[in-house]
Amino acid sequence: MARSVKKGPFVDGHLLRRIQEMNQRNEKKVHKTWSRRSTLTPEFIGHTVAVHNGRKFIPVYVTENMVGHKLGEFAPTRTFKGHSVKAAAEKTAAPA
Amino acid sequence: MARIAGVDLPPRKRAEIALTHIYGIGRARALAILARAGVEAGKKVKDWSEEEANHIRQVIEEQGGVEGDLRKEISMNIKRLIEIGSYRGLRHRRNLPVRGQRSHTNARTRKGPRRGTVANKKKASAKT
Repeated sequence: MARSVKKGPFVDGHLLRRIQEMNQRNEKKVHKTWSRRSTLTPEFIGHTVAVHNGRKFIPVYVTENMVGHKLGEFAPTRTFKGHSVKAAAEKTAAPA
Repeated sequence: MARIAGVDLPPRKRAEIALTHIYGIGRARALAILARAGVEAGKKVKDWSEEEANHIRQVIEEQGGVEGDLRKEISMNIKRLIEIGSYRGLRHRRNLPVRGQRSHTNARTRKGPRRGTVANKKKASAKT
């Protein structure tokens, strides 16, 4: 079920404070965060946020289109890229 | 022959069913449109008067969201997801399920027909 509109979008307090601070001072610094659950609000536009993916920080440059999505959506946590063709061939050859 | 939103409606079907032949209109929306246009849901398409057909046309045009426009909107939404580099865009790009379904097994709708090692596996099991 979708989140109630009444509550507004969820953004972790510490993150929102940092972004507003940077907006006030008109500076753009890459900000590291673990808060993948935070929704991107219009304040984030133009900032680069380094989002933790469990191993390292993925730099995410926020554009207007991204508003409404959550930070975690832009930092994939899995590395699996699909099986190689060779590995599949070996697998079938082994039991024979 | 009634032609609405660029689609020929089957003349021998009830209005509520015939309208579902238009992309973007299902049973629920068909009934809503007919109520707005003041046409009985059970009336066959061939029995529509020109006036009734125009009423229906008008209602659909007002609401929009059918056929080409709807298809375009959907593909734009998908394109947006892909362009912003989101996880959902990634899943669209790879033709895998987008909403967190398992893909270890199943997911055949997105992945398409099985391919690869099925024939080999049969041979291997027959030998042993």
